Amino acid sequence: MEKDILEILEKDSRITAEDIAVMLGKPVEEVNACIKKMEDERLICGYTILADWDKVEKEYVIAMIEVKVTPQRDAGYEAIAKRIYKFDEVKSVYLMSGAYDFMVLMEGKNIKEISHFISSKLSTLDSVTSTATHFVLKKYKDYGIVMDDDKLADERMIVSP
Amino acid sequence: MSFVAKHIEEMPPSGIRKFFDVANEIEGVISLGVGEPDFETPWAIKERGIYTIENKRLVYSSNAGLLELREEISNYLKNTIGVKYTPKGEILVTVGASEGIDAALRAVINPGDEVLVVEPSYVSYKPCVVMAGGFPVVIETTEENDFRLKPKDLLEKITPKTKALILPYPNNPTGAVMERSDLAAIEKVLKYRDIVVISDEIYSELTYGEDKHVSIASFESMRDKTIVLNGFSKAFAMTGWRLGYAAGPKDIIAAMTKIHQYIIMCAPTVSQYAGIEALTSCRSSVEKMKKEYDARRRVMRKGFLDMGLECFEALGAFYLFPSIKSTGLSSDEFAERLLFEEKVAVVPGTAFGKCGEGNIRCSYAYSIDEIKTALERIARFVKKVKAEKD
Repeated sequence: MEKDILEILEKDSRITAEDIAVMLGKPVEEVNACIKKMEDERLICGYTILADWDKVEKEYVIAMIEVKVTPQRDAGYEAIAKRIYKFDEVKSVYLMSGAYDFMVLMEGKNIKEISHFISSKLSTLDSVTSTATHFVLKKYKDYGIVMDDDKLADERMIVSP
Repeated sequence: MSFVAKHIEEMPPSGIRKFFDVANEIEGVISLGVGEPDFETPWAIKERGIYTIENKRLVYSSNAGLLELREEISNYLKNTIGVKYTPKGEILVTVGASEGIDAALRAVINPGDEVLVVEPSYVSYKPCVVMAGGFPVVIETTEENDFRLKPKDLLEKITPKTKALILPYPNNPTGAVMERSDLAAIEKVLKYRDIVVISDEIYSELTYGEDKHVSIASFESMRDKTIVLNGFSKAFAMTGWRLGYAAGPKDIIAAMTKIHQYIIMCAPTVSQYAGIEALTSCRSSVEKMKKEYDARRRVMRKGFLDMGLECFEALGAFYLFPSIKSTGLSSDEFAERLLFEEKVAVVPGTAFGKCGEGNIRCSYAYSIDEIKTALERIARFVKKVKAEKD
């Protein structure tokens, strides 16, 4: 049931436990308990919305930064990752396969702010050997959702056999 | 003097068509009346269609359909219903399962043959039997039997003239399914009889019980007297592509191919290439859609039960068939008044056979929000009608 609930909530986290219970054909108490358990065990790490900030009067820039590091003895990548993700400016940190080690997503007011962060905070970390920064120009689709909804109109006939 | 052939003139128009004309005139209607998916065709399939248009000369395919598609259909049938059909000779690609119904009936009916039609069911079986020169004999199913075909009811209608049985499961409009044990009982009746089964399995991917869809063709004794009809419309949300297929014994498929060759030539080539894509890379999209249908099915059924209407638990297709007998209205009255008074379109059960009286067909090929809004309106209407009655 955990997987089914996660799938439903991941698509729309506003759906109530009552509705989920009906959708899955389970008692609502069971659904509530399951959600609670997943929150406690951090299978559900948070609830959020997906905003299109391009439509809001707000200055912001998103950067994707490829980071190469020298892993530390004993701690491996974990300790470096932690030193990076602890910064509030950093939105996501992924450990990657391939040519670099971390993909760091960060948001700032403008390019200047981001470059300041990289030069003063990120690249100065002991284990970081190099960075390559890419600025996002436009977001088309995020988390499976198309930002400008291009869903086609329902052209089905009102009644059909 | 009318030039129209008598048997066509006398054929009643589809009950759905009549209702459609009325519903179409009214503004702001929420419809639960549609028999096709609300999902878009998965992009990989559309993309293959676009690629095909750009890069292929769109010529006729062989009459039976692109061999590559028939090979994929053969794999698909082996993996899903567990029956092997050779791509060369036992599979015919048709223009939707609809053409399959027509071609199958014309391939097997001699003038005056009787064809058993299980009802309630899809609107075109009986007219197609008549157009093929046969005589439709209705077998009614009931809510008490979960709208499944029972051997006793089948036996009662078999005569020396019986040539074929149309077996429409998972069923439109009831959503009923036939489980293996139900089919085993039917197999017993048919095993030593010369009756061909036309098994319309267009909703085979959409079943919601513990067990997956079972085809009567998977019984050894039935394999060579069953024509399996299926298509891409419902499972892959491809209604407008008009693509289906028939699988069965060589002699019948050869006969159907002959008919198909003279009237259609071949199914649309673009759609056939898209169909290959559907079968090779889009099974996970089907699973996703099915999950969504299942959730909506539960939401809708609870809605009907909450408003005090009986609604049998349909385990297939994307329809519920709630009983509206407790309102005291006939199916036609209920559907018509609901349309005018609350602007919700549903289809009266009688459009699918006389025994559909007392029920309405509601499709859940709509978003949960749309379903909820429609249910609110129906609940208000039911309450009003019941109050009038008391």
